[in-house]
This record gives sequence, structure tokens and C-alpha cells, in this order.
Amino acid sequence: MSDFTRLWIYLQQGPLLWLTVTLLAYGIGDFLFLRAKRSPWVNPVLVAVVLISVALVGTGTDYETYFQGAQFVHFLLGPATVALAVPLFANLRHVRSALLPMTAALAVGSLVAMLSAVGIGWLCGVRGEVLVSLLPKSATSPVALGVAETIGGVPALTAAMVILTGIIGAVVVTPLYNAMGVTDWRARGFATGVAAHGIGTARAFQVNDTAGAFAGIGMGLNALLTALLAPIVAHWLF
Amino acid sequence: MIWPLAILLGCQLAGEVCSRALGLPVPGPVIGMVLLLVLMALFRPLPGKVTPTAQVILGNLSLLFVPAGVGIVSQLDKVAQYGFGLLAALLGSTVLALAAGVATFRLVARAMGDRA
Repeated sequence: MSDFTRLWIYLQQGPLLWLTVTLLAYGIGDFLFLRAKRSPWVNPVLVAVVLISVALVGTGTDYETYFQGAQFVHFLLGPATVALAVPLFANLRHVRSALLPMTAALAVGSLVAMLSAVGIGWLCGVRGEVLVSLLPKSATSPVALGVAETIGGVPALTAAMVILTGIIGAVVVTPLYNAMGVTDWRARGFATGVAAHGIGTARAFQVNDTAGAFAGIGMGLNALLTALLAPIVAHWLF
Repeated sequence: MIWPLAILLGCQLAGEVCSRALGLPVPGPVIGMVLLLVLMALFRPLPGKVTPTAQVILGNLSLLFVPAGVGIVSQLDKVAQYGFGLLAALLGSTVLALAAGVATFRLVARAMGDRA
């Protein structure tokens, strides 16, 4: 066995290598994002996912091995979800004043996301557990993964769909709302959080603080609503 | 740094216990978020304590989605089979949900006499 092979086997067994790669890849993505003057087209998550995927396929490493290192980053999604209470609390006054529009936008946004994803997927020939995996894709990952498992989807596939939804949302949201002529940051942020969860929320914070806070609320509420509604919709559709 | 982290994790833990023990469909961290919100409303010094740590975590929120996103490499066979349909579904549904949500918000706000 050569020294290099021995070193490679050693590195594959611990979390150090892929944890470092995850941070480096995201660092590169963030650097490119800043260099592109925060253009939504250069999404740091997308850049990082592509770089790491190429590295994994190139070195013949499976996802389980990668996740042993990356789980430390993944774990922080839990406390980050709890931390969303902070901007929510800071904006409680605005929230009270917009309770009714928020409730309506939440119900419509959440249902449109679920039904149109499954509808368009079905029209394009997607069937079976892959179609089911599309249903919770607008909810934040910890919620979507749990829901996918409950309703008979593939959690790993749902995870990827959730991330892609967030990236698509972050990319299209600003041009879309500018074209629609919406200037209300509360509405823009809230609808973004409902449709594109944490990645949309991160994008909203980059654009405007009020939009970011409302996006956090929209994401939190849609997490609750998807957790409650998706099993019912799934039972009714499949 | 230590106390704020302990508070965030404590809320998540309490939420997780609640979710499992009561068999709720709502995930633990989401219950933890509601719990922290209630605690901040009850104990006034709490928001000032947890805000800096929460801002550091939320300022790097995007990074936390990377490991789940890389999960796509374990699903390449299904992506190859249904790639077009999945992409169409994700693109279409995200644009529709964004537009429907914002339009509903503005419609109801305007009906309530808001002119922003």
C-alpha cells in the first residue's frame, strides 16, 4: 500500500476532510457571490453543492462517508430554526399589524406550492415515490425530511428538491417581484419564506431587513402548516 | 456565547421531547422556535442575551443547507430518469407559489385599507 493510499484511507474514516471541504466549497461560493456583486444567479449554496458533488463523484466517495463530516454543519439547522424566533420577536409589532394578510398568504402560498409541484410533475411523467417526494419541497429541510418519510417519499430526494426550490426561489424572487411591481417588503419577504424556506429567507435578508424578518416568519409558519397539511394532501392525492 | 447556545439547544431539546412524546407532526426545532419566542416575551433580558449569537448563526444560514443539498449525488439515477419533470415541477411550482403568496398578501392588505 502506498503512503498516499494509506493517508487517503485515514482521512476517509474521520470527519475532518469532508467538513473542511464543505466549508471551503461554501467559502468559494460566497467569494464568487460577492465578486458577482451579490447577483442572485451566483448562489453560494448551488456553487458549493456542485463543487462538492464533483469532488465526491471524482474520488468515488459515497454520500454516507461525506455526511460523517458534514453532519456537524447539518446539525446546526436545528438551533438555526430555533434562532429564527429572534428576528420574529424583533418584528412582533409588524406581525400583529399584518396578521390577516399573512394568514391568507400562508394558506394560498403553501397549497399552491404543494399542489402545483405534484401537478406539474405528474404532467411531465413523474410517478411513484419520486412524485410523493415533491410534495413537502417548499418547507424547510428538517420539516420536509420528516414529512417525506411519513408520506412515503424518499427523504434524500426530498432534501435535494428542497434545496433546489430554495435556490430557484432565491434566484427568481427579486426579478419576479420587481416585474409584478410589488413594493411592500412585508409581502415580498413573507411570500418568499413560505415558498422558498431558509434559502429564500437568507436571500431576503440580503435585500432588506424587514423582508428578511417576514421571510423568517413565513418559513416558520409554512413549516408548521406543511407538517400538518402534507399528510392530508398526500392521503387525498395518492 | 455559552449561555445563548445552551438556550438555543435547550429550546430545541424541549421541542424535540415535546414532538416525540406527544406524537406531534410538527418537528422539534419548530416547537423550539415557538418556545424561545414565548420565553423572550416573558423574560425581558433574554432577547438582548441571545440576539448576537442568533445573528451569527442566521447570517450564515445558507451554509447549513449544503450537506443536505449534496444528497443529490445519492439520487443521480432518479434525477437521470425524471430530471426534466422534476426541474419543470420545481421551477413552475416555486414561481407560482411566490406569485400567489405575494398577490394574496397585497390583496388582503389592500382590502383592509393598507396603501403601501
